[in-house]
Amino acid sequence: MTRRALPVTVMTLLLLAAWYIGAAWLNWPQAAETLARANRPAGFADVLAQAYAMKRPILPTPDQVVVELWNSLTGYAPTSPRNLLFHAWVTAEAALTGLAMGLALGILLAAGIVYTRTLEASLLPWVIASQTIPILAIAPMIVVILGNIGLTGLLPKAVICMYLCFFPITVGMVKGLRSADPLWVDLMRTYSASGLRAFWSLRLPASMPFLFASLKVSVAISVVGAIVGELPTGGQAGLGARLLSGSYYGQTVQIWAALIMASLLSVAVIAVVRGLELVLLGRAGAR
Amino acid sequence: MTFPNPLDFWEASASRQGSDRAVSSAKSSSAKSPVVVEARKLSLVYPTADKPVTALSEVDLTIARGDFVSLIGPSGCGKTTLLRVIADLERPTAGQIAIEGMTPEQARLKRLYGYVFQAPALYPWRTVERNVMLPLEIMGIARAERQARAREQLERVGLSGFERKFPWQLSGGMQQRVSIARALALQPDLLLMDEPFGALDEITRDHLNLHLTQLWRATGKTCVFVTHSIAEAVFLSTRIVVMSPRPGRILDVIDCNSLPRERTLDIRESPEFAAIAHRVREGLKEGHSYDD
Repeated sequence: MTRRALPVTVMTLLLLAAWYIGAAWLNWPQAAETLARANRPAGFADVLAQAYAMKRPILPTPDQVVVELWNSLTGYAPTSPRNLLFHAWVTAEAALTGLAMGLALGILLAAGIVYTRTLEASLLPWVIASQTIPILAIAPMIVVILGNIGLTGLLPKAVICMYLCFFPITVGMVKGLRSADPLWVDLMRTYSASGLRAFWSLRLPASMPFLFASLKVSVAISVVGAIVGELPTGGQAGLGARLLSGSYYGQTVQIWAALIMASLLSVAVIAVVRGLELVLLGRAGAR
Repeated sequence: MTFPNPLDFWEASASRQGSDRAVSSAKSSSAKSPVVVEARKLSLVYPTADKPVTALSEVDLTIARGDFVSLIGPSGCGKTTLLRVIADLERPTAGQIAIEGMTPEQARLKRLYGYVFQAPALYPWRTVERNVMLPLEIMGIARAERQARAREQLERVGLSGFERKFPWQLSGGMQQRVSIARALALQPDLLLMDEPFGALDEITRDHLNLHLTQLWRATGKTCVFVTHSIAEAVFLSTRIVVMSPRPGRILDVIDCNSLPRERTLDIRESPEFAAIAHRVREGLKEGHSYDD
């Protein structure tokens, strides 16, 4: 354990050092100006202290962000909009719903592509083209169109997540469903197994390692999708709304706290996926 | 368990290669006809970009019930192709073949044979026991019976206690034994084996050969066994089919009834064994020029 802890610790310390140096460098002009305006002494130590203690810094220090996170998480009930957990849950709900929808769509498309030659030729270019459209451009359109037919709240956000999530799943599963060893396929034939049986008992389990690789990519982008989906809705709740209101009022500390929360959310979901992978595939060998 | 002595059937189908016995007679005979596999003028030609490759050329072969038949020959002689045609994994381009009086496809759909591949081909995400249960699952057999039959077959190949292990936790020889147990779990009358021990070391191979011959004697199944080892073919077989490449054809069919039905490893030292091995070697030499 110590062997793994040491490089991680060193890297974390280096990043923190870079962050503090960056914060000092970026906040320096503003800090010096504040001190000059207040006619207070502006020596090196004074400016540095001021740069690390500003209310609206260009780049807040890690300790400011941690304090903001701590105050938000412990100062209010988890159901209060002032608690980041509330916002994280709103975002997670949309991200997980979108991930589930993307998973279903991705597997369905992959099965279609693997089993139907015409779909491979006709569908795959569209699947790839769909990912070349900037999500920031299409997200408001999805929200507007779905809002127009009466769908608001969670669903438009989930659809945006799905739009981002299905792609890695489709690509991974097309490869995964084709990964069965020819002998394994012959074996199914000697049992005169039906196509559906061969799918359930051979192609699908054989594709699982590919699915989990894709899923980890999809989890990360599903959180991004949910946050992007929260921006055009005006932002009542969710980490995206928090980011938006933070940028309206120049609350950089609040923005950074929400960013850290978003990455913690991704890490948590990826850990769950990894756990699932270990339970499902871990015992089946050195996969 | 009682089963007909294959020696009786040797008389019945005395002239095998080039026999004028019609395939139709096998078709009309009852399910327990003495003939399990009958091929007449069987050919298989693969179309390729430059010129067609003849994998099998006018092969005539009769396999009697209870026989242990080895197909032997150098690489490219069509021995695996012939086995795959019997299993309906390949379709012949000319000629006739009947399995228990049926087409290979009908036989496959009725799951009449068990197939053992060159590699164990175990599904890595299934435990040993669930690998053996796979064919039974597909046949729709109830869970309790599936398990009982899997355990019985694993015991038969000497792998009791390994039910819950995953394939990667087993040695190559053990994995191949699991794949034999899986083929036996179907309880087929016909066992098709494609160089099952080809990738194993000689000591393991000897051990598994002994095991296989005892298994064959105990179950009375008809076995078709592809190999490129002369010693293995002579040790296991009641009949040896010598094949030759370009095009794939049968050169010689050798009866091994000078050897006892019960085989032990020391029969390999006997003059009868040497005589058969010599004839196989001569046959292989005839069909294969070593200068190409």
